[in-house]
Amino acid sequence: MLSRVANSIYWMSRYLERAENVARFIDVNLNLSLDLPAGYGEQWAPLVNISGDLELFTKRYGEPTRENVLHFLTFDRENPNSILSCVRHARENARSVREIISSEMWEQANRFYLRVKEAAANKSAIDNPHDFYTAVKMENHLFDGITEATMSHGEAWHFLQVGELLERADKTSRILDVKYFILLPDEQAIGTAVDNIQWSALLKSASALEMYRKHSKQINPSKVAEFLLLNRDFPRSVQSCLARAAYSLHAITGSRQDGFSNLTEKRLGKLLADLNYTQIDEIIAGGLHEFLDGLQTRLNHIDSAIFECYFTLRPLTGSSSHLTQEQ
Amino acid sequence: MPLDFNSYDTKNFYDELIQPSGAPRPGARILVERIESLQDGEIIARQKAAEAAMYNMGITFTVYGSDEGTEKIFPFDIVPRIVEASDWQYIERGLKQRIHALNLFLDDIYHEQKILKDKAIPEDLILSASSFRPQCVGLDVPRGIWCHITGTDLVRDSDGQHYVLEDNLRCPSGVSYVLENRQVLKRTLPVAFDASRVRAVDDYPARLLETLQYLAPDHLSSPTVVVLTPGMYNSAYFEHSFLAQQMGVELVEGSDLVVMDGFVHMRTTQGFQRVDVIYRRMDDDFIDPKAFRVDSMLGVPGLMEVYRNGRVALANAPGTGIADDKAVYAYLPQIVKYYLGEDMILPNVLTHICADKKEREYVLANLDKLVVKATNESGGYGMLVGPHSTKAQQAEFADLIRKNPRNYIAQPTLSLSRAPVLMGDHFEGRHIDLRPYILYGKDIYVMPGGLTRVALKKGSLVVNSSQGGGSKDTWVLSE
Repeated sequence: MLSRVANSIYWMSRYLERAENVARFIDVNLNLSLDLPAGYGEQWAPLVNISGDLELFTKRYGEPTRENVLHFLTFDRENPNSILSCVRHARENARSVREIISSEMWEQANRFYLRVKEAAANKSAIDNPHDFYTAVKMENHLFDGITEATMSHGEAWHFLQVGELLERADKTSRILDVKYFILLPDEQAIGTAVDNIQWSALLKSASALEMYRKHSKQINPSKVAEFLLLNRDFPRSVQSCLARAAYSLHAITGSRQDGFSNLTEKRLGKLLADLNYTQIDEIIAGGLHEFLDGLQTRLNHIDSAIFECYFTLRPLTGSSSHLTQEQ
Repeated sequence: MPLDFNSYDTKNFYDELIQPSGAPRPGARILVERIESLQDGEIIARQKAAEAAMYNMGITFTVYGSDEGTEKIFPFDIVPRIVEASDWQYIERGLKQRIHALNLFLDDIYHEQKILKDKAIPEDLILSASSFRPQCVGLDVPRGIWCHITGTDLVRDSDGQHYVLEDNLRCPSGVSYVLENRQVLKRTLPVAFDASRVRAVDDYPARLLETLQYLAPDHLSSPTVVVLTPGMYNSAYFEHSFLAQQMGVELVEGSDLVVMDGFVHMRTTQGFQRVDVIYRRMDDDFIDPKAFRVDSMLGVPGLMEVYRNGRVALANAPGTGIADDKAVYAYLPQIVKYYLGEDMILPNVLTHICADKKEREYVLANLDKLVVKATNESGGYGMLVGPHSTKAQQAEFADLIRKNPRNYIAQPTLSLSRAPVLMGDHFEGRHIDLRPYILYGKDIYVMPGGLTRVALKKGSLVVNSSQGGGSKDTWVLSE
């Protein structure tokens, strides 16, 4: 398939997944602030931290109040990672590959965008936020379902998978990292009711609470981290996402699963091997935040390797207008 | 409120559906009865549902200038236009004759120029035209075909006669709306559709693909065909991606293509892949900065050289624009006579060529009655509709004509035929035209139907979508 098309498909699914995750964080935080005992105050700054856009936020808004953060993450056109921006980029990418994806997928991407755009125009979404953020999650689930049911599992589908799974792995790691911002500074809170509420909220952000309970019953910080990082069966865990992304990459090139034929496969394979042969105790001993930081850097390197391996083909002549998308 | 045609007034215009007496034309009887039998409000609800479906399907074009681009559906009207079988036979014969002659003309103009040497048409008219491409002189195009895809605009005057308004041989657009309108109408008025025995248009993409494949070198068993688009911000992008999707071929942008080792290749995730046939949907000016406009970022450097060497086919061939120059159009009767020895079947509209001194004087004296058009523009731009213009606009055009007479023609203002359009809760007559699509491959094929464009503004004669026009489905009846 065309390199440009592969690039657009990859970003289409990354952006859709990103929009869903932003909605997920916000929704959980809204619930969390209702559950917290008086005196704990609302925590809105960490949400901006997760998305990695603190600098832009501070420049544009200053104080991380509920209203500012909600607007910034949901409808701010100037924020490239707001839900509105993500869905718009996703839809533009979908439009540019309309002849490749199924028309049902295009229609869903289009409907999704129109819905968010309409919500941005009338402020009711902010008055009734839970419904809106739930709708955003459901729109993306619908897209995933339609994709699964209507698109051939060929090369284009594998690129779509890779985009979605890398984005999800990245966001799961960031959700876990937020605990570092919220909780670790306050050691006395460890093991208290508030602590449990927050770990539960964190699991909920990853839609993982119920699955976690089936797996480990009691809320326990290192078990939570283990579940979200290393569990092989839970579809939002980093390990599971990366294993499936690796499978798709090998399906694209036709190379063997235990080797590599290009830089992307090499980098992802190494990262996956590290996860496969690492225990949670070692991670915590080395510092969870430091581990997550390193993980995010390695994910970024995998992303740039994908760009090098599949989306640019030398000799390059002519314009590079389609190379402007970035994380 | 019942929705019927009882109060519909044709107002002395030729109406495509309703006779002056108020009774439907024979071919429209089933349709009119069906619409009148629907329950109150039903047709309005169906029109709204169809519009919503189109919006959700993203069958839209972008209106520039507003915040992040407002998207609109290309307005369409739910009442189809009906073309009787006998009318269509005549139109089809006329179009085939025209395309046949135009293709011979193009091949001659870019080779021996016999028609100029024999003075059947003025030499200066051709060689001075901006759409004449010296780069194409001597080109031997695959199978000798230059104009593979043509959209010819037809109108019907108050006398009931069809006239050709213009031929579009560069990148005629709109065929995707024909196919989409048909999908919508089949769902919306299935009973009337079935009973009227409407000829199918759905095989157009397959025929287009056959036409394109026919241009590839003989030895290729499965040539790679692509559609070349200027990109997603082009107003016809929907159509480009639609056609690529329907044909099952790649939609490429200029930057996806590269000339290497004497062939055109596209950049794929598996490396470079050779391309054999390009259905290009961008103007000559932009396809190759080495041959045409050097500042074009859209095209493929070196494409023309590969083309000249017969290693890639282009549809339509570069240089076809000379055949849809509006001044050349005026000579179509002579062109048909010269190459085919026949009289033209489908007449032109009477056309005054401003390059001719006597005709120019006549035009300047009658600007308030005539339609003036720039010879090399499309989309309803560079146009003066005399009876609807102000004195100031007429003065402006008089200046333009005097400065560059070659660039203008004028035609009498026709009384275009009309058809009923759903306006709120009733039907009103609106002026329409018709753009059938013609494919020239192994044979010449005329799609039975075409895009019926509607001037939605009351009294307006301008049907272009860029000027607020809409469309209707066109039902060509079988015998």
